[in-house]
Amino acid sequence: MSDREYAVVGTRPVRHDGADKVTGRALYGADFDAAGLLHGYILRSPHAHARILRIDTSQAMALAGVKAVVTAADFPQGSDRMVDLGEGDVPLSYVRGNLLASGKALYRGHAVAAVAAVSRHIAEEAAGLIEVEYEPLPCVLTAPDAMQEGAPLLHEDLKAGNAADHHQFAMGDIDAGFAAADVVLEREFRTATVHQGYIEPHAATALWNNDGRVLVWCSTQGSFVVRDVTACVLDLPVSRVKVTPLEIGGGFGGKIPVYLEPVAALLSRKTGRPVKIVMSRKDVFEGSGPTPGSYIRVKIGARNDGRITAAQAYLAYEAGAYPGSMVVPGAMCIFAAYDIANVAIDAYDVVVNKPSTAAYRAPGATNAAFAAETVVDEIAEKLSIDPVEFRLLNAAHEGTRRADGPKYRRIGCVEVLETIKRHPHYNAPLEGPNRGRGVAVGFWFNIGFASSCNISVNADGTVNLVEGSTDIGGTRTSIAMQAAEVLGIAAADVNPSVVDTDSIGYTAVTGGSRTTFATGWAAYEAAQDVMRQLKERAAKLWGVDAASVTAEAGVFRSGDKVLTFGELAARLGETGGPVVGRGAVNPKGVGGSFSGSIADVEVDPETGKVSILRFTSVQDVGKAIHPSYVEGQMQGGSVQGIGWALNEEYYMSPDGTMLNSSFLDYRMPTALDLPMIDTAIVEVPNPGHPFGVRGVGEANIVPPPAAIANAIYRAAGVRMRRLPMNPPAVMEAIWSQRD
Amino acid sequence: MAEVHIPAMLRELTGGRSTVEAAGATVHEVIEDLERRWPGIRDRLIDGGRLRPNLSVAVDGEVSPLGLREAVEPASEVHFVAAIKGGA
Repeated sequence: MSDREYAVVGTRPVRHDGADKVTGRALYGADFDAAGLLHGYILRSPHAHARILRIDTSQAMALAGVKAVVTAADFPQGSDRMVDLGEGDVPLSYVRGNLLASGKALYRGHAVAAVAAVSRHIAEEAAGLIEVEYEPLPCVLTAPDAMQEGAPLLHEDLKAGNAADHHQFAMGDIDAGFAAADVVLEREFRTATVHQGYIEPHAATALWNNDGRVLVWCSTQGSFVVRDVTACVLDLPVSRVKVTPLEIGGGFGGKIPVYLEPVAALLSRKTGRPVKIVMSRKDVFEGSGPTPGSYIRVKIGARNDGRITAAQAYLAYEAGAYPGSMVVPGAMCIFAAYDIANVAIDAYDVVVNKPSTAAYRAPGATNAAFAAETVVDEIAEKLSIDPVEFRLLNAAHEGTRRADGPKYRRIGCVEVLETIKRHPHYNAPLEGPNRGRGVAVGFWFNIGFASSCNISVNADGTVNLVEGSTDIGGTRTSIAMQAAEVLGIAAADVNPSVVDTDSIGYTAVTGGSRTTFATGWAAYEAAQDVMRQLKERAAKLWGVDAASVTAEAGVFRSGDKVLTFGELAARLGETGGPVVGRGAVNPKGVGGSFSGSIADVEVDPETGKVSILRFTSVQDVGKAIHPSYVEGQMQGGSVQGIGWALNEEYYMSPDGTMLNSSFLDYRMPTALDLPMIDTAIVEVPNPGHPFGVRGVGEANIVPPPAAIANAIYRAAGVRMRRLPMNPPAVMEAIWSQRD
Repeated sequence: MAEVHIPAMLRELTGGRSTVEAAGATVHEVIEDLERRWPGIRDRLIDGGRLRPNLSVAVDGEVSPLGLREAVEPASEVHFVAAIKGGA
């Protein structure tokens, strides 16, 4: 456990952007304004699957106030190629095709054309005047249906039909493993398509400037991804695109893909004026990327002594309109919490006529854990072993090999389970009828990737820290704190800024639980660079060898000579001028995170409504840089997991229309629905990071649906195998048990 | 020689073996050594002079940002793993 004492790391300073956020001064995507600004509107397909035969924009262009209309034909028409946009290689045709449909509309809500006008209302009216002739085609909405022979094909170029990709992970001898088991259970699960539900809709403004440069202001998790996608789609060198990230009102993975910026740029090129496009909530639900719905089959065998001998899984995830469903991470995570010798996993990425899916907090893992952790719970019950004890008997630890790859380094799965076992919540009596308690655990990775950071020293003893990671969840502060720790100054004396893509080195997305890890590491390196230079400056002032200068807690010493950080900063002019430190990393050393949930529920046997009575999130976070923000991530992930468990789903008509595309009907939990989410931080430092940081932002969403399903079983006696577990689903399960 | 773990879907090329030994000072050289013994495996791992899209390599348990250029020691363990992308 973490026992190292730090001056700044592990404390709870006020966040640097707090004042702007709470006073409403922070500028988000839709707040941006510019002289001559035009407003854009996207026309979307009313069909889930249709050939586009003709688009006539003449009536729209004739409407007073309309300045431009664009379709896919306005994109540069180069040949298709694979492009690396920071999220792996994808065909350029897929990227362009999702921005504006060409040839076929692949889901209801697929963008077909865009208008720029002097007001949003005129743009919207003009979009209604665009004539699109469609040839509707049969649609397919679930992975199992799409994999059937004879299912409507979305992409004729996919060799394997709608099952775009197949991955396998295997280890040991699966047949021998099941033969050695005393209990074998196999169960099927289905999960619905759900959305990240970020409060701020997608918003972007673009200006195709007279000098040929494209300037973009937007809400994004990755300004460099926006730059690279915009440049690639418009066939421009990356140096011709500059992206300024504005504040981001939530993303959770959903603001990594690019939807608006290249379209706004095309409209700007035609008009010579900046063009802003802001999605409505309906646009967000129908036109941006939710997380995949899925079909999962899990088979687990165990001996009477509680050891799991074999585990097998089949996963088919809905990618939406284009391949890339995150089924592979789901397959990698499904048994990640356990040390199992014999494992076989098959994972299928399946295209369907729904919006192209995007990452959503531990993408793919929540679906998988719902299935695996429900079966684990059922086996523990059959063996009459406490569910936490059963998990401890099989828990992954340092040296455990996952079926997909290398052995774990130091991890905290056992520590998370032990924390659950002794937690007051787990040991408190739960009294009353129709009430039950469930537990589950889950895993998510942590990625490295490139990050850059610059630090310049001010004469008043403060520093300016410049970074490229858009701030989600307080990352300005968690990054600044790591610099402050090295510099020996207070977190408040670091002034962090998130800057545009011209002003900092390449920095990958704020995602994959990487920002505090990797950009924090870049800040650590930049601060180390500053300290090296400051020691040289002190040596110059004192006329001593730089090697004799030490620094601790913001005080430089050589023999009896002493200068504080602030005193030395004030004398930079006489020792050579400004001091600027730089840090650029692409680190190894990532440390995955395990999380556990304890859920108490009450099930109304008359209506099937499930109420959360008490909920505790436990997570190994490595070293908590700012414990309040870590707790915030754990609470936020838990609440999203609860919403996924109990309410959230794309409710689809058979023709592929989402019938609940507003927050009124797409029910996410609010503070009124839930108790306070309790948190228990477990600190097993990651030996691969200077401060022991692990990814924190994602693992916490993984176990809640399974924990709640297990709690429902103990409350109502029914095993739930479909998400969401809303009142109709629970009542159906109760009634089928009575039958 | 390094111990190379073969992804499940490539074991058809290695006669069903899940781990094999291969020589090389870098991941690229290790793959070339594999290719000499099991022709066809190179094209399943490399495309256009890089690891194939959505594939990463882990050497001694660490996913490498250097890919084919990552150094390999004689006692190293090499895994070809699925690349993980962003999330929250």
